[in-house]
Amino acid sequence: MSDQNQKEISIVKQEYNITVYTENQIGLLGRIAIIFTRRKINIESLNTSPSEIESIHRFNIVITETEDVVRKVTRQIEKQVEVLKVYYNTNEDIIWQEMALYKVPTDIIAEKALVERLLRENGARAVVIRKDYTVFETTGHRSETDALIIALQPFGLIEFVRSARISIIKDSDGFNRKLREFERIEPGQDVIENEFLNSRDKVFSM
Amino acid sequence: MDLIMETAQQEVLSEQKTNPGIEMKGSAALLEGLLAEGVDTIFGYPGGAIMPIYDALYDYMDKLKHILVRHEQGGIHAGQGYARASGKVGVVFATSGPGATNLVTGLADAQIDSTPLVCITGQVFAHLLGTDAFQEIDIINITSPITKWNYQITDATEIPEILAKAFYIARSGRPGPVLIDITKNAQLQKFNFEGYKPCAHIRSYRPKPIVRKEYIAEAAALINAAKKPFVLWGQGVLLGRAEQEFKAFIEKTGIPSAWTILGAGAIPSDHPLNVGMLGMHGNYGPNVLTNECDVLIAIGMRFDDRVTGRLDKYAKQAKVIHLDIDPAEIDKNVQSTVPVWGDCKETLPLLMDACDAKQHSEWMEKFRGFEREEHAEVIDNELFPTTGELTMAEVIQVLNELTKGEAIIVSDVGQHQMIACRYGKFNKTRSNITSGGLGTMGFALPAAIGAKFGALDRTVVAVIGDGGIQMNIQELGTIMQCGIDVKIIVLNNQFLGMVRQWQELFQEKRYSFVDITSPDYIKVADAYGIPGSSVSKREDLRTALQTMLNTNGSYFLEVMVTKENNVFPMVPQGCSVSEIRLK
Repeated sequence: MSDQNQKEISIVKQEYNITVYTENQIGLLGRIAIIFTRRKINIESLNTSPSEIESIHRFNIVITETEDVVRKVTRQIEKQVEVLKVYYNTNEDIIWQEMALYKVPTDIIAEKALVERLLRENGARAVVIRKDYTVFETTGHRSETDALIIALQPFGLIEFVRSARISIIKDSDGFNRKLREFERIEPGQDVIENEFLNSRDKVFSM
Repeated sequence: MDLIMETAQQEVLSEQKTNPGIEMKGSAALLEGLLAEGVDTIFGYPGGAIMPIYDALYDYMDKLKHILVRHEQGGIHAGQGYARASGKVGVVFATSGPGATNLVTGLADAQIDSTPLVCITGQVFAHLLGTDAFQEIDIINITSPITKWNYQITDATEIPEILAKAFYIARSGRPGPVLIDITKNAQLQKFNFEGYKPCAHIRSYRPKPIVRKEYIAEAAALINAAKKPFVLWGQGVLLGRAEQEFKAFIEKTGIPSAWTILGAGAIPSDHPLNVGMLGMHGNYGPNVLTNECDVLIAIGMRFDDRVTGRLDKYAKQAKVIHLDIDPAEIDKNVQSTVPVWGDCKETLPLLMDACDAKQHSEWMEKFRGFEREEHAEVIDNELFPTTGELTMAEVIQVLNELTKGEAIIVSDVGQHQMIACRYGKFNKTRSNITSGGLGTMGFALPAAIGAKFGALDRTVVAVIGDGGIQMNIQELGTIMQCGIDVKIIVLNNQFLGMVRQWQELFQEKRYSFVDITSPDYIKVADAYGIPGSSVSKREDLRTALQTMLNTNGSYFLEVMVTKENNVFPMVPQGCSVSEIRLK
């Protein structure tokens, strides 16, 4: 039994996606951020926005760490009073996207067919076209949005911005049912039960 | 007669049903809430931004006792002492700005030692927030890492609900400090107070889980098969009020049990299964045998580095069963074989039922062997010296004899703390109050004040070094003004002894700024109207302690002890617990 429990936790650092469901509370972002800064962990990407459930917010946090550290950090996040649930996943466990906006001079776009092809090849769409500049948008993985920057650089890329990563956990049935359980004073077994004990090698996974 | 009563009751009931509420200020609603939570004592210090609350307090003087401290740090340590002695939530008031920042050390101390506190700070008017107003400080962000929860109230209508949440969070699950920051406008604002409803549920907060029976069974199987089981217990046993359950568990299973300093007193010091203290200055046997046991059962403790020493050489041979209410503690420092997540008040009886009644005499004899060795090498010389200057330990020994182990001993931080914890006799639970995790010098004097209010029927003795007493010595003023019966023993070795010990052992006696002078403490005490005396001779010690204990009210006893004594045994930093040194 002990062998089963003490499955080797990866000691290799890799990207982990931490999903946090929280109440909408002022100051909670700070409390969560502190848990990373205290261990001197850099947050590589952070997105927070209302979830599919009213009044519940969802954080997507990306860090590069070992699973052992990620597990400890997620438990400390889940300890925060306003945090409902925390999950962590590797990139293989999720579908993820980042969105990027590119501002380029319209005259160059209009004149050079090469650019147009570049945009099409990169799946970019025009969001705004003005006399002086055009804003394109693309979504994808980091490498994809990066590729377009490199491609546009010679054509006078004026400004660029990229959003934080958002991700969907492949093996998840959402949070609606769980939340209803949380709202009960005596919730059902699967919510209050010691989830991380069920699958100690995949703490907090669904 | 009955009929009249019934009608009266019905009237009360119908009144409650339609509760029209009473118009009152936020400040008064706060005090109503405190009363509803059963608060009897507040430790605090007024100031500009909390004046409306103090104004309201003027009308509640007969119901709420307010102890005016001399410094907010003293106030919060008193709140901690109160909570530790009574098991209730300590309540502290402070004003904004410096008043609030003076709470920081106490909050950090309470957070790491899981002490339930509700601290109320005043704050500038809401419209001034963020403008660097006079005495404005962002205390919410400052205290986020060192509170279990904190919240800023800017509207009076929030006060009853937030206060109820604060008490619920502070005392439930793994307890901890909560800070509520209330802007002055919210304190002054009148609103319709519809009564106080205690909080019993927050949907995002699970103070404790439902206990998983299969892990109880797995743990019991390990314990039943164990040849050399060893229990480590911590403050969780006290916090969970599970002293009886704990005692029953170890008595049935016959397992030798050792304690962390915050766990001391859960069972009496002289209980036959109590094998002593863990950690850097703990007892010899428990440290050495940690690396020999086959099943380690950790109950309500968190494997602090001062307990474990070097982690990669800590109990590697043992299967580890970890009982804790906080899932973040399980597998944090020591990987458990069987995690038993839950309230030990619930898990211990379940575990006991599943365990066989046993005795481990042979294994126990190993502890006793080490104990005899430690006695011969260290303890007897410390407790019963016949020549030379007084030792700290013999002061504690005589104190034990005179109080018969019934007193609350509040210790500060340093050599005297280790001595007080190692040699103090604790017959009752909640008798050893000290700053464990944070190691806050200056803790003991104010904490002893709070402890007295938390346990009015008990003798409270503060044992403090000559460094620590000078850190919050101003609280003698609180003792003077409120006539608090606290016995103060200063063990004066004219050094910052613990640092000096390290400098002696590890830095070739390069005594860098550890030589500390003291004022004439007896004159200082006298200036505060506190009687006292100073002793340095062995033949005077017992009488001096007896005089101190016989004195009606507070007393200040300075004991001059040998200057360069070291606390042993000792696990040097970076060493394994089994490399503990006796000299």
